[in-house]
Formats: sequence, C-alpha cells, structure tokens
Amino acid sequence: MAEFSTSVKDAGDVNIIYLKGYLDAHTAPVLENTFSNLVDNGRYSLVVNFKELSYISSAGLGVFMAFIEKIRENKGDIKLSAMNDKVFNIFDLLGFPLLYEIYKEENEAVSKFSQIKKLENGK
Amino acid sequence: MENKKLKDKMLVVQSRTNNLSTIRDFVYAAALDAGFSVEVIDNIILAVDEACTNIIKHAYKSYPEGEITIKLKRKDKKFTVVIIDHGVPFKPETIPDPDLQKYYRQHKVGGLGMYLMKSLMDEVKYVSVPGKYNQVLLSKNLNNAN
Repeated sequence: MAEFSTSVKDAGDVNIIYLKGYLDAHTAPVLENTFSNLVDNGRYSLVVNFKELSYISSAGLGVFMAFIEKIRENKGDIKLSAMNDKVFNIFDLLGFPLLYEIYKEENEAVSKFSQIKKLENGK
Repeated sequence: MENKKLKDKMLVVQSRTNNLSTIRDFVYAAALDAGFSVEVIDNIILAVDEACTNIIKHAYKSYPEGEITIKLKRKDKKFTVVIIDHGVPFKPETIPDPDLQKYYRQHKVGGLGMYLMKSLMDEVKYVSVPGKYNQVLLSKNLNNAN
C-alpha cells in the first residue's frame, strides 16, 4: 500500500506542513486531520512543503479547498511551496494558481507571511 | 521487442480506497511495457485513479465489497484501460466542468476527477448497461507518447 505522512514544524507565527509520499482518496484523511488540528489550535498561517510528495490526485486537492476559506476568514492563508513539476502540473491544470500562492522555495512562502505582518504593524 | 500480439491483462479488486495504489502499480507496469514515457504513464495512472475513486465513492457509495475490474488492452497504437463496476450507473453528461470559484465558496470540489481524466487521456468513454455493469474506457495513443 502506498504510504503518506505529514509532519508539522513550528516557525514562529507560521506552521510548515511537510507532505511525504502518495496523496490519494485513501490517504487524504491524514492531511485533513493535520489541517483540522492546526485550525482547531488557531494556527492559520500555513505553508505546505511538497518536496517529498510523489503523487497527488483530486481527492488530495480537495483537502486544500476544504480549509482555505475558514483559514482566510481568520486572516491566515495556505501557501504552497517546493512542488515537483508533476505535482505542479496537476494543480495548474485545475486552475489552482488562481486561488493559491505557489512558491518555488519554502522560505519564500514563509517570508510572505512576515511581510504581511510588517505591513499590518506599520499601519 | 517483437511486435507480439497484444496481451490482455486483468486485475480485480474490491471497492476500497486502499486498493488504489495496487491499481496504479498494475497500470504503471503495463503502460511501461507498452512503451510509454514516464510522464505519460503518470498521466494515465492519475486518470485511472480518478475513475476508480469515482467508482468507489459514487457507483458503490463507499460500500467496500463491490468489485472493480481493470482490463488493459492494446490494439495497434492504442492503449486502453477498461474499468468495470456493478454499482449505480453514472451519467457523465450530468457532471459540469469544474468551477473552482464555486468550490471555494462551497468548501468542496466535485468533477475535478472527470476533468482530469478528459484532460490527461486521448479518449474517455462511458458505457452503462443498467442492472448489469458500467464501463469506463480510458485510451491513450502510443504515437503521442513522447
């Protein structure tokens, strides 16, 4: 059976979710739980690192849609990073770049959150 | 490799999501055998995964004891994955193209799998014989392989 796992790193105000393996209809609930736990704990500034994700189907893409609005209502965001070409192509084919910020590097995505924070504090 | 007579292969699994990886591995090996590039094979197995996920969720409504049969056929340059189930017939014409803005508001997605199948394969065909079986045929032409 294909394996999938997530791990979460605390990076100050931001949490980074690392995905590993195969994300399909069978493993999507694992990612749902990860998002649920973060959101339940008031963590809304999320960066997802796809570097070790080998595969994604639409069931996996659906998880991002399930949480995004609630997270943005709480002034947070899900920013995506470090996708391989194969995974990016699927996101692209379905029009996700219109709804999500996608960065080549994890730290670019993380720094976007601190830029926003600086702007807010400067008001 | 000699141009051997196409060898039809078959896999039968129960309608459970933990079988999706078995299905993908089965199709991957056969498509590799057929001479497709890895990039094209990735597209084929994703299309097959989407078709089978739809069968598990919609045709069998997550009932885990349903049967999914996957047959692989090669005819000339055409590689076809035939997926058969005995669940609720599917009416593809009732599924609209996906609208992400709408899903955003509804917090859920639908129809993404079908859109992917149509985008990734050369041909997608549905045949339902009510009370008997439903069949999805996903085809890719080898000359488009590279």
